[in-house]
Amino acid sequence: MVQFLQQVISGVSIGCVYALIALGFVLIYKATETVNFAIGELMMIGAFLGFTFIVIWSLPLWLAAIIAISATALLAAMLERVFLRPMVGEPAFAILVVTIGLGFCLRAAALMVPEWSSETVRIFTPLSGSVVRLGPIVISADHAAVIVATALIVTGFFVFFKRTRMGLAMQAVSQSQLAATYMGVRTRSVSTLAWLLAGAITAVAGLLLAPIAFIHVNMGVLGLKAIPAAIIGGFSSLPGAIVGGILLGVCESLAGFYLPAGFSEVAAYILVLVVLTIRPEGLFGETIHKRV
Amino acid sequence: MLLEARELSVSFGGIKAVDSISFAVEPGEIFTIIGPNGAGKTTIFNLVSRIYNPTGGEIVFDGRPITRVPPQAIARMGIARTFQNIELFDHASVIDNLLVGCHIRSRTNLLADMLFLPVVQRQEETFRRKVEEIIEFLELEHHREATIGSLAYGIRKVVEIGRALALEPKLLLLDEPSSGLNPEETDDMVHWIRDIRDDLGVTIIMVEHDMSLVRRVSDRVLAMESGRIIALGAPDAVVSDPQVVRAYLGD
Repeated sequence: MVQFLQQVISGVSIGCVYALIALGFVLIYKATETVNFAIGELMMIGAFLGFTFIVIWSLPLWLAAIIAISATALLAAMLERVFLRPMVGEPAFAILVVTIGLGFCLRAAALMVPEWSSETVRIFTPLSGSVVRLGPIVISADHAAVIVATALIVTGFFVFFKRTRMGLAMQAVSQSQLAATYMGVRTRSVSTLAWLLAGAITAVAGLLLAPIAFIHVNMGVLGLKAIPAAIIGGFSSLPGAIVGGILLGVCESLAGFYLPAGFSEVAAYILVLVVLTIRPEGLFGETIHKRV
Repeated sequence: MLLEARELSVSFGGIKAVDSISFAVEPGEIFTIIGPNGAGKTTIFNLVSRIYNPTGGEIVFDGRPITRVPPQAIARMGIARTFQNIELFDHASVIDNLLVGCHIRSRTNLLADMLFLPVVQRQEETFRRKVEEIIEFLELEHHREATIGSLAYGIRKVVEIGRALALEPKLLLLDEPSSGLNPEETDDMVHWIRDIRDDLGVTIIMVEHDMSLVRRVSDRVLAMESGRIIALGAPDAVVSDPQVVRAYLGD
């Protein structure tokens, strides 16, 4: 039992990272209907910027985190303005291909930085090595930090959407762009804002992942797990993305421990198949009843 | 003049959808645009609400030219609109839909909003009071908390007007307010339109097909055919004008 709980908790912490990436993914999808395949690469850039500031430049942890998160957010906003703004009105498939291309470019750019491409690296924090005990369960402090940080960010987001004018404008745009326009919302700034926020969240995900897993130029593939997480949650639901991500992490962790080797790699996709067979609209998705 | 169109023209691929049209709407007026399909009435509507840019002419609202103002900016200037096929926030409640109209005018900053500071709380109270007034005015009390998706079409139509009123507009643009409504609901719509003008002093420009509604509420009617004005004046005179009758029925 202790062993099981131990696995569940370590699954929750990696799942939190998936959840954050999925949150960024769904945020962009809701605001702009763009399926963003470059989300994993944004996380990778965020993690490496953190690595550069913390390990190479030896900046204080908090300062390095702030710079890395802001820089990734600005990069994401810039990508939206330069590459996706001109695509407004083009077929969804064309836009998707643009994001795949951007992902490749970001990975190639990271490979050109000698300090980044040479090896797999890890960021050590003052927490690394210490543990948190909950009764018989032992959690590494880094894993616990991931869970706490995710909870804080999710709360912040909830408040942002519930209380602020910008949060409300984003919700309005995601439900009806036309109506939002005539309520005075600048729908274009909302797209940029969605990318900005998604960039910031994925950078946080990358930074949280860095102490618990190795970071490397191809870690963006991990970001693709955001897509099954989002699908499980219902694809356009923010709470769904969080639950989907955590569920995914737990399943992977349990599959890795109890099932033969190989299952943990495909656990995400088995979970997607199971969820979609039982609830095709996803856990938090809404069924669209077409009136005939 | 609250709104003035001066020699307004727009062409789509060589076809003149609106051909040098001029008209002026006075404050407090209910001004209706009629005409057969393809006459250009919706185009005029979309020019005024800034979806289309005119190829010629000028639109002046409240003394300011709005010919090049982007659509999201006209809400702040005092123009609100509804849509023929209803554009509401379907997953939100009636109250929340109306509150969107208020919140856009919010003056507080992001941080204050997130911390829900007293100044934000007071503003929120003002908004809620305003929204409750509109809900009472349009008799939507029973549907206050209902999600839009669960409401009947006729009610949604009224909610959409309510949301436009939450912007506290000087000018309300109604795009076929009776479309999709049954005769009883259309009767109600006549009352709402009159009340909005009489009690709230909002000027109304509408595009409408239902001639009984047009006759009952309009102060003046503008009839169009093929992008041109064929009649302008009192509703009964315009509706029985031989040219207008011919436009609708053909030769």
